[in-house]
Amino acid sequence: MTGTLPATTRAGRLQAAFQQAAAQGRAAFIPFMTAGYPTPERFHEVALQLLEHADVMEIGLPYSDPLGDGPTIQRASEVALEGGTSTRRTFELIRGLRAHSDKPLVIMTYVNPVYAVGPREFMRLAVEAGVDGLILPDLPPDEDLDIRALAEEAGLALTFLIAPTSTLERVRIVTAACTGFVYAVSVTGVTGAREGGALGEVPALVALARQYTDLPVAVGFGVKDEATARMVASGAGADGVVVGSALVNAVAEGADLGALARDILKGCQKEA
Amino acid sequence: MNLPTYPLPDERGRYGVFGGRYVPETLIPALDELKAAYASAKADPAFLEQYSTLLREYVGRPSLLYFAENLTRHAGGAKIYLKREDLNHTGAHKINNCLGQALLAVRMGKKRVVAETGAGQHGVASATAAALLGLECVVYMGAEDIRRQALNVFRMRLLGAEVREVTSGTATLKDATNEAIRDWVTNVRGTFYILGSVVGPHPYPAMVRDFQSVIGEETKWQLEALEGRPVPDAIIACVGGGSNAIGIFAPFAYLPENERPRLIGTEAAGQGVESGFHAASVAGGKVGVLHGSMMYLLHDDEGQIQAAHSISAGLDYPGIGPEHCYYSDRGVAEYLPVTDAQALSALQLLARTEGILPALESAHAIHQAVITARELGEGKVVVVNLSGRGDKDVAEVMRLMDKVEAAEVRA
Repeated sequence: MTGTLPATTRAGRLQAAFQQAAAQGRAAFIPFMTAGYPTPERFHEVALQLLEHADVMEIGLPYSDPLGDGPTIQRASEVALEGGTSTRRTFELIRGLRAHSDKPLVIMTYVNPVYAVGPREFMRLAVEAGVDGLILPDLPPDEDLDIRALAEEAGLALTFLIAPTSTLERVRIVTAACTGFVYAVSVTGVTGAREGGALGEVPALVALARQYTDLPVAVGFGVKDEATARMVASGAGADGVVVGSALVNAVAEGADLGALARDILKGCQKEA
Repeated sequence: MNLPTYPLPDERGRYGVFGGRYVPETLIPALDELKAAYASAKADPAFLEQYSTLLREYVGRPSLLYFAENLTRHAGGAKIYLKREDLNHTGAHKINNCLGQALLAVRMGKKRVVAETGAGQHGVASATAAALLGLECVVYMGAEDIRRQALNVFRMRLLGAEVREVTSGTATLKDATNEAIRDWVTNVRGTFYILGSVVGPHPYPAMVRDFQSVIGEETKWQLEALEGRPVPDAIIACVGGGSNAIGIFAPFAYLPENERPRLIGTEAAGQGVESGFHAASVAGGKVGVLHGSMMYLLHDDEGQIQAAHSISAGLDYPGIGPEHCYYSDRGVAEYLPVTDAQALSALQLLARTEGILPALESAHAIHQAVITARELGEGKVVVVNLSGRGDKDVAEVMRLMDKVEAAEVRA
């Protein structure tokens, strides 16, 4: 699965976005936002604002029981669901963004919403809405081979996660299953902006992934500002930096989202 | 003693399509480690000896198999026996499994355990096992259940456990389980997750079943002594996640079809399956994934988990263990709904006929036992798993009966 894919496939579009960022001496900036949060209308504005700075955007399809997420994103999902953001509404919102941006868009959700709609139908809807890839944090790559086959058929990139607890064997299995990019979880734990610099295991994890794959390696969980982005981009040599809870918090608090995104983007710049 | 060996799950932790390991990658190495540690413990005579000694001398096993003569007379049909798990130390079947898992935690060098609890029975049993074996214990419990089960919350604290209130989602067992899993993801290197039912990612459903199978294994020889045959005509147990039911079912479930007793699980139908306010995952749910496993589940057309409703906090769970789902699909066991009102009335029936106050969970099984005993008729034998005692529910039952009486006065 390694090697460069043609940019015409969705996995290839993702890789091209990483390559473009690398050509500019940066790690790719991958902001996350929960679809329909805090309202469907506001989400559209927020997402467009983030897309101005993003290389790739990750959109959370809200789920009632997100056990890989911390309180911030869990709460955002609850608010979005209460506000009527269903699976179909999420695809409409993505279609709305697609009309304004041709940057790669990736959906993050859990397996149950995918199974409930049916994996084949879910992927058809995703492709139709202009989605490039999927991240399902509760689906290890060896658990359901049908999903991998269907994603390949649909041309959707599938990103799986490696964690600091991953053994060599697990890193090999996971990276071999990824298309588009590999997602390295920086800490043992759930998503969320953390106090202090708890990203000590990231360099080793990124280095380990590189032994097994040529795909870009993006790092997420606990990245919240310019300094933590720099630790990941320059300190650990990641190809991408995913920021979620800090952005969701900024929206919740009415903070200057553009300023935060610009700061994080600065942190993504690789130090010479 | 030996822990039993069953033909399922398969190597990938599947019972047909059910089961599996749908969890974040962070936990996969921990589940691999647990699977290996459990396999090694299961084959280690020293571990098995330690476990069986605790069951005998600490839990008080074997639990009695009691012929409920008055209830039998009331029902007017088959003889009804009660497997008295309510007489176990801590008052429920949960302790069988908690001691097994806590011993495993010690064996794996873990110093801290986390658990989820609904009614508090599993929380109390986890706190007890942790106290006995010198482990730090954190129990996650929904805010709604903390209200309903104040007595058990206090018991856990007396036992030295920390009870963490969960206010997210529906603030019941489902959300307590989410929080326990999140804690485990975060602290996986030093923490053992003591899961309380036959749910969760592989190997939990299989491991919990094995530890609970002592219930069914004892039933065989006790019934042999009392009735001259090891297999009854029917076995009835309540099902939330389904650990007490699998404990008494599994030793019979893999018998050839013509030798197998009727196995009946009673699901909490709350205000009735048609009302939408229930916890009947087989009768009212469809296949989905929750807490790491594929199973029958209450969820909407887009996969959002729906709130379960039951008078009994222990059955208030939107899913049912994968092995039960398999039994249901293959016709090995039946799963029948029992409403809140039926359970409440069965609780009073058992209290008045036998002087035994069952847990609200177990009362669901008592209701069905009376029906099944009548159906089968004289000369047949029914065993009910009386999974827990009712002390914890007394305050809640009083509140509910006052409500019923107030409604009757108004009417």
